[in-house]
Amino acid sequence: MQDKTFLKVEGLTKNFGGVAAIVRVSFELQEGELLGIIGPNGSGKTTLVNLLTGFVRPDSGKVIYRGRDITRKMPYNIAKLGIARTFQMVKPFYQLSAFKNLIIPLYSTRVKKLRGGKYGDRDDVAIDLLEDVGFERDSSVPYKVASSLPHGYLKRLELARCLALRPDLLILDELFSGMSMSEVASTLPIIEKLNSERLSIIMVEHRLKELFRIAHRVIALNFGSKIADGPPRDMKENDAVKAAYLGSEDED
Amino acid sequence: MTKRVYGIVSQKGKATSVMINSIIIYGLVNSVILALIAMGFSLTFGISGVANFAYGGFYILSGFLTWMLLNYLKFPFVLAIVVTIGVVGLLGFVTYWVILLRVRGIALSEVIATFALGVGILELFRWLGFVTYEFTLPYLKKGMVLIAGVPLDYQRLFIIGIGLALVLFLYLFTHHTRIGLAFRGIAQNERTAISLGIKPDWTAALSLAFGSAMASVAAIVILPLGIISINQGYEVLLIAVAVGIVGGLESVPGILVASLILGYAQIITGTYFKPEWMMVVYLAAIVLTLAIKPSGLFGKFKELEERV
Amino acid sequence: MKFRKERLDRGIKVRCEDIFVLSSYQEMLYMLFPRVVPVMILLILPLLKGVIGLYWEKVFMITCTIALLALSWDLMASVGLISLGQALFFGVGAYVTGFLNHTFKLPPILTIPLGTLGGAFICTLLLLPVLRLRGVYFAIVTLTLPLLLARFIEATKILGGTEGMSGLTPFPNIWVELYVPVLALLVCLFGFRRLINEDYGLVLQGIRDNDRAVMSGAINIYWFKAQAVFIAGVAGAFAGAFMTHYNQVVGMSAFAMDYSVLPLTAAVLGGIGSFAGPTIGAFILIPLSELLRAVGTLRVVFYSAILIICVVGLPEGIFHYMRRKYHQFERMVDVG
Repeated sequence: MQDKTFLKVEGLTKNFGGVAAIVRVSFELQEGELLGIIGPNGSGKTTLVNLLTGFVRPDSGKVIYRGRDITRKMPYNIAKLGIARTFQMVKPFYQLSAFKNLIIPLYSTRVKKLRGGKYGDRDDVAIDLLEDVGFERDSSVPYKVASSLPHGYLKRLELARCLALRPDLLILDELFSGMSMSEVASTLPIIEKLNSERLSIIMVEHRLKELFRIAHRVIALNFGSKIADGPPRDMKENDAVKAAYLGSEDED
Repeated sequence: MTKRVYGIVSQKGKATSVMINSIIIYGLVNSVILALIAMGFSLTFGISGVANFAYGGFYILSGFLTWMLLNYLKFPFVLAIVVTIGVVGLLGFVTYWVILLRVRGIALSEVIATFALGVGILELFRWLGFVTYEFTLPYLKKGMVLIAGVPLDYQRLFIIGIGLALVLFLYLFTHHTRIGLAFRGIAQNERTAISLGIKPDWTAALSLAFGSAMASVAAIVILPLGIISINQGYEVLLIAVAVGIVGGLESVPGILVASLILGYAQIITGTYFKPEWMMVVYLAAIVLTLAIKPSGLFGKFKELEERV
Repeated sequence: MKFRKERLDRGIKVRCEDIFVLSSYQEMLYMLFPRVVPVMILLILPLLKGVIGLYWEKVFMITCTIALLALSWDLMASVGLISLGQALFFGVGAYVTGFLNHTFKLPPILTIPLGTLGGAFICTLLLLPVLRLRGVYFAIVTLTLPLLLARFIEATKILGGTEGMSGLTPFPNIWVELYVPVLALLVCLFGFRRLINEDYGLVLQGIRDNDRAVMSGAINIYWFKAQAVFIAGVAGAFAGAFMTHYNQVVGMSAFAMDYSVLPLTAAVLGGIGSFAGPTIGAFILIPLSELLRAVGTLRVVFYSAILIICVVGLPEGIFHYMRRKYHQFERMVDVG
């Protein structure tokens, strides 16, 4: 029987030279869901994202996307299937301008297929994408070189880079970290809007208040294991979750 | 490496028990030679991430320096060795401060600068005329011994001894001493290392000094087996990297195992096929490793593969 | 009174942005001058052959060869692949061409294109397994491949073994000899520059600067690296193919270290990443080294010294320095 679950993660395990980063993590994601992943520092959130997107090979376990086993695929093949991710440590192409940064993902074969092979308007598409994520259109900001842009803009550039691929699943690794309150406030509705347009999203976040406002469901990790799985309101009452965060900063 | 170095005469099709013993013993010698050569390079590059493409140059320089001290200045043997190791170690240290410091982090420039240094040293000797048969280093002790029917000279026995001792030393050093752990620290995560109070530049310079000194030791012990040939300077680099790739770069057991594999593969190839094919063993090993397990046999951090 | 050095674009450079370059002859000349003059020089030099003599004619040929190899090197460096063995491309191209001519008696008009494309293809295949490696390992393997291939030929005695293959077909006339490499050089120079400025070139440079981000953009970086190697291989193999017929002989010396070290030095001297830089570097380095021929193999030591000095002291290279002077001026600004 063909499994119709959008994303299915089974028993993922990863050790880094004796340190258990992820221990038998399993969960499911339905199409159109916005899933949050929370947990204190060192709980394995970024490792999980790396495992899902092919940057790290698991020791055991499976990742099944739309019925397809993508566990050991290369990152670019996973991206080609429609899974885009941001990086926690933002690293744009510093010498290029903001909109030139987007040309590269727009060059991929996935985009060529989806956009019908029109090459001429890559620059226009890039500018549009930047506007979608909150860059002011009629300013010189999109043309500024990436190394001169403030952190908040670089994070939004990361988002634009993902959107350039027209993904079906978007994985955001601490997108809001380092953003000011107003930047978060302006970016949150963008994410909500994307999700309402059937884009499935996984968000790893420390900013719990904002996350709980828009997530359908939240998973909590601690020391590499999943300790909770449910809607946001359940997380606030969950003893295990509270215990995990005790001793580390509560971002609420 | 010439046929003479291995002391094997190829007798196709005649596999006697002496032949097998000969392969076992000379294979071991060869393996230890490879390990000795690879260790200095591994220490600097594999373990502390500092590229030293001048390694081959330092190796040959050590040989010629010892020769000059012995023949021009008439130094006693022990003094010549000590001075050479010291000078080359110091040279490695200075190389870091003068050349590598300015280009640290830019892989391209590190490679080119150290490579140019190595080539410069080697070709300088070639121009100065250090290319004839008179350039040999003396054996540490003349004489032979019979092991399981196979004649083995003391030099080769000595090589085995020093080689294994150095491997052990390297392992203990990088796992149990403060400096050694610092070496590994800066390769893995320079920022964390700094925050722990390790001074990366000093540590890197020291690792370069140590690595170069080990090149000296290897040269002094191995070069007596033949003449000091300048082209060997380039081969040394190839050996160091082949062993590193096959064994896994940050791993000392990896160096040992890789050397054994490559060493024996070479001897067997040299005995049953043509000696010229021995070089091809390196290339085959590199390609096979990259195809099957790119991080090498013992590579833990999979730097080549997972660059997260 | 504290001063700070400030760099500003020259007025004329600013006036040349976009369409305004056509506003007057001054602007047009400013932009055309650096492009047209070198091309003119290159096209005219062969015509002076009667004046400069056979020896310098040969130097010119070698310069073009090294320039082609330097361009080839620069393209690979643009995608993050540091090669210490351009001799691989040269040698393989040379041997394929020589083989086709020696064994099948094909004329140069066929052997050279076949040698170029076949050579590039073979080199790409050889380098395919090592494209996954980090820059430093790739560098080492490129260093050793030419040495290994030379040994292989020596050991197996194929393709002429140590003597090589001789008595190959020469070129029909002197003008072909002189102009074909010049034209190839110009094609590669302007072609590569165009390539790197297009979006394709952005992808290549992205792979060099941040391959993780490029991978997450659904681009197979290894496929692009392979393409870059192939294109670079075409330039390099052509140099080898051409020289085989120029010299009418091919041997193990086609894999000599010179063909690896010289292009590298020319590129570093001239300015990595600019393509024009390596070309200029070659045209400075080779004639200079010919003048130093008297000192024999000490020349290689000179190259090494130049390499180290450039890498450490003048990393931008001559071309970038000249271009900066052309487009910008400096002044001291009072920052109180």
